[in-house]
Amino acid sequence: MSQSFELPGSYKKWTMGLIGVGVIALLYGFIVYHPFTHAGHGGENASSTRFWAVLLQNCVFWLLVVNASMFFIGVTTLAMGGWQVALRRVPEAISSVVPVLGAIAFLILMSIVWGGRDDIYHWVNKEVVANDKILLGKSGFLNPVFFSIFSAITIFLWWILGKKMRSLSLESDNAGHMDYEEGDRWIKKNIIYASLFIVVFGLTVGSTIPWLWLMSIDAHWYSTMYSWYTFASSFVSGMSLIALFIVFLKNRGQLEYVTEEHIHDIGKFMFAFSVFWTYLWFSQYMLIWYANMPEETGYFKIRVFGPYRGIFFLNLILNFVCPLLILMKKASKRNYTLLTFMAVLIIFGHWIDFWQMVMPGTMKDKAELLPFEFGIAALFIGIIMWRAGAFLSKHSLTPKNHPFLKESMIHHT
Amino acid sequence: MAGGIKKFVVGCFDDEAVLFPAVKKVRRAGYKIHDVYTPFPVHGLDHAMGLRETSLHTAGFIYGITGTTTALTCMSWIFTKDWPLNIGGKPHFALPAWIPITFELTVLFAAVGMVLTFCYLCQLSPFVKKHHFHLRATDDLFVMVIECTDKTNDAEVQAFLQDAGAKEINIQHAETGWWLGRYDREQKLYRDTELGY
Repeated sequence: MSQSFELPGSYKKWTMGLIGVGVIALLYGFIVYHPFTHAGHGGENASSTRFWAVLLQNCVFWLLVVNASMFFIGVTTLAMGGWQVALRRVPEAISSVVPVLGAIAFLILMSIVWGGRDDIYHWVNKEVVANDKILLGKSGFLNPVFFSIFSAITIFLWWILGKKMRSLSLESDNAGHMDYEEGDRWIKKNIIYASLFIVVFGLTVGSTIPWLWLMSIDAHWYSTMYSWYTFASSFVSGMSLIALFIVFLKNRGQLEYVTEEHIHDIGKFMFAFSVFWTYLWFSQYMLIWYANMPEETGYFKIRVFGPYRGIFFLNLILNFVCPLLILMKKASKRNYTLLTFMAVLIIFGHWIDFWQMVMPGTMKDKAELLPFEFGIAALFIGIIMWRAGAFLSKHSLTPKNHPFLKESMIHHT
Repeated sequence: MAGGIKKFVVGCFDDEAVLFPAVKKVRRAGYKIHDVYTPFPVHGLDHAMGLRETSLHTAGFIYGITGTTTALTCMSWIFTKDWPLNIGGKPHFALPAWIPITFELTVLFAAVGMVLTFCYLCQLSPFVKKHHFHLRATDDLFVMVIECTDKTNDAEVQAFLQDAGAKEINIQHAETGWWLGRYDREQKLYRDTELGY
């Protein structure tokens, strides 16, 4: 049985380096972009908007991506999936980042809402809402108090239920071998918390949270596909992140029971949910294109015919065409190099996707994709590596007493 | 008939756990396994038998892109050249509206093509009578069929299967091919070197 694992020096260096780059970018933003000055309604101080828009995009994206790991654990637990047990510690490690990123995201969201950033969410401005029939109609849902309470409850529930799932798994390491009765009871306990998590997840990531955090940037516009679209984005990136960590650990000789069969299944998730994302992307786009109603097409007008045209179609190539053609073959899902490349590409693609969800509504035609944006992304990646790495080096990498471990060891696709 | 009548030694096993080592032993001894008929799909049996990866999915991909191209070329020709119609003020080249049909045709071509290819590879067709080596292969018996060549000593093969744990052994003569020719299962395969047989 593999005992806990010492992080290699290069991992620590990369973590520190990324966080360092991120902190520099953040400080640069603080000093140069004057984040606490008002943007002005003519967009004369766009760099202050840029600061908050980039933070919003990154905190929401990375929080949803790490939270997708716990969704993966919850779903496989409920489906009685045994195959993932050998690699289960990896999604557990990634989901242990949720409290940190959740706190950061909450801080950023609160600063935006209570700092009166009506350049990000124009519904936070009371005068605007009072003279706007559409916003007035939505004000029961879109108001700072509801937003804050709902966000706080959501992040708290993700954190507490995820923590419970992780601690159940970690406790089993010390509990010794479970007989049939004990194992049965333990699995049932897992099922209870996994179902609670999935219900919360469905009511938040699957519906309300993307409405509040992202769709309310364009508060006049709405799409019923939006939440599923966001979820698909974050889940496929989450699976890619899991794949990256597995490849990293396998290359260090860890995760002895994870074979290419498991890697193949992770690759299938990346492939399948890339296609699922495209399905939602297209369904949302085509219905609006077909109906051609002015209040709906506004969202796509700036993206398809405005300055975002290049990014909009690049998005489709990165997140659909590449995964479809490259990950289709069985051999490529089992090839570490190709899978790593695709995982990085998919995460980057969906990060860009979130960027083009946030920027048109906030920055209008002044958005930039420069080192500042990537620096803030580096900060979040560094935090994920730091917390996940801490989890991986503290605990055994194989849940050795999990009743389904044997099933995972002999897993064969 | 392309294949002609051939002679087979048929060994029936009633347990998966006996079948697997038997398959390995038979292959190591150098006998040519014609096929193994099982009542349900047995995990890993294809590897044990040394079957190569099927090329059915490559065929499926080709059928799929054929469907995509067919749909797109047909619709773009019909709606822009042959009979342009003004539908809701949309452009004649209305790509988003065609995507669902393109998708459906891709799936249709891939699915139908793969079913037909599968039938061809397995030599299944209406009005073609297939020889059953043992009727209980569809119920509860694992039936291993070994093809005899000119040099095979069938008594020896029978004794060998007896040793390997077969419950019932007999010799049968059967047709192996039909008018479209036979899909030959390769016996020397990449897994052999990997597993050290």
